[in-house]
Amino acid sequence: MPATTATTVDETKAPYLLDFRGVGRRFGGTEALAPCDLTVRRGEMVSLIGPSGCGKSTLLRLSSRLDQPSSGEIDFRTDSVGYVFQDATLMPWRSVRRNVALLAELAGTSRAATTEAVDAALATVGLTDFADHLPRQLSGGMKMRASLARSLVLRPEVFLFDEPFGALDEITRGRLNLVLMDLFLEHRFAGLFVTHSVEEAVFLSTRVLVMSARPGRIVEEIEVPFAFPRSLDLRYTPAFAELAGRVAKALEAAS
Amino acid sequence: MTALEPTPAAPVLPDPGADAPPSAARPSRLRHLAAVLVPPLLVLAVVVVAWYVVSLVVLDEREAFLLPPPHELWTDAFADPEIRADILDALWVTTQTALIGLAISVAIGLVLAVAMARAKWVERSLYPYAVFLQCVPILAIVPLIGFWFGYEMFARVLVCVIISLFPLIINPLQGLLGADRGLHDLFTLSHASTWTRLVKLQLPAALPDIFVGLQIAAGLSVVGATVGDLFFGRGAIGLGLLIQRYSSRLQSAELLATVLVACLLGLVVFWFFGALGRQVVGRWSTAWGAS
Repeated sequence: MPATTATTVDETKAPYLLDFRGVGRRFGGTEALAPCDLTVRRGEMVSLIGPSGCGKSTLLRLSSRLDQPSSGEIDFRTDSVGYVFQDATLMPWRSVRRNVALLAELAGTSRAATTEAVDAALATVGLTDFADHLPRQLSGGMKMRASLARSLVLRPEVFLFDEPFGALDEITRGRLNLVLMDLFLEHRFAGLFVTHSVEEAVFLSTRVLVMSARPGRIVEEIEVPFAFPRSLDLRYTPAFAELAGRVAKALEAAS
Repeated sequence: MTALEPTPAAPVLPDPGADAPPSAARPSRLRHLAAVLVPPLLVLAVVVVAWYVVSLVVLDEREAFLLPPPHELWTDAFADPEIRADILDALWVTTQTALIGLAISVAIGLVLAVAMARAKWVERSLYPYAVFLQCVPILAIVPLIGFWFGYEMFARVLVCVIISLFPLIINPLQGLLGADRGLHDLFTLSHASTWTRLVKLQLPAALPDIFVGLQIAAGLSVVGATVGDLFFGRGAIGLGLLIQRYSSRLQSAELLATVLVACLLGLVVFWFFGALGRQVVGRWSTAWGAS
């Protein structure tokens, strides 16, 4: 493996938050996820990329305990998990502010602490001026910002992203990648990021896992050595292109 | 960037400067009102004219009692203090029956819908009977209900409940089950109790469907109140009994006036729950007018 140790955000020996040991998942007769090992540490952003039906979402659901493995075991070192879905999944009847407050409200956080955390989260994603709008008054990108802010309020240690920007246009996606990177640098969570975009995977992550389908398995692991913070221009450098090429080839081989 | 005014009435897209000036709203609102009112009024005019033609031209004098001209509904019925009092009293009886029946249906319907949404086995056990209820030929069992429960308020309300319950089970159930799966996942991740999930997620998500059910059931409850009353033929005089009485005495103007009042009652309750629905969920529900 090439020398990559010095380039990740945190030291690679940071404590792990999630450890999959031979974790597999079958649904009836179908094997959705072949037994796999995966360790995710604080300060890591791990992208999962692969063809449809390769078990990426299953892996996220297992990581959040929304689903249980059929074999193997997962060592959870934290209960603090944030989950961002492909859809913004906002409550249409609640204002942006009250949507962002939802998880704090469910966790029983005090009113004052919630208000403070909500204001901070809204400011981070740039939605302060739209706090009192209803979701239907927002564009797709803004809804996704609100969704990010909602998960951010509880300061999760493990942050799961299920293709959050898949439905957005290129420009908005780029902007939100930068927002996400800022969050990552500020909070140093452990991130698992499912995406269909090679470029997005390489740009955001410290590590890219390429998965194959039926049954889903991790076929290749590619370290991304670029230093943080990264600017969008990184995407047009030869080094980036080369790495993206490697991921794309691995993806093609896996499909 | 200046904060946009959070006016729920204006579907503002987050683009400062795209706001229409508020002064432009008035004439377009009038135009909207005209567009809504003029076509049905035209239809009404056509119907009234046709009515006159039939009653004054088509029918000869011996048959004229079959369809008195529209203005006789006024002169013979509404303007006659005695008749008017009879109609208003009957209207009150029927309105009471319909509203009590509707209130009971709402309570039963919501409880059943919540129970069915909670537990699949409850849904499996009760759904066929909810459908059965919908298929009951109400006219066929009205005599039976009178036979068992008498002819007073209770029996009439029961008819009302039987006829208006179905949409108040099915529509709320559909809404309760339709809450977003991602939001459900978030509630699961937050270890939310079933009560919290019901109150904060499922009931608000079901509100648009609950109001659709209410609107349908409101109209049905008036039908139920009138039909029960008409077929029992005894007890306090509601619109149904009054219709029965005028019909047997061939008082056609009075009969038509009473039928008209019954229709108007149905319209008013339908409209009331529509307006209530728009008021409560119209701000955010696309089904209720949010754009």
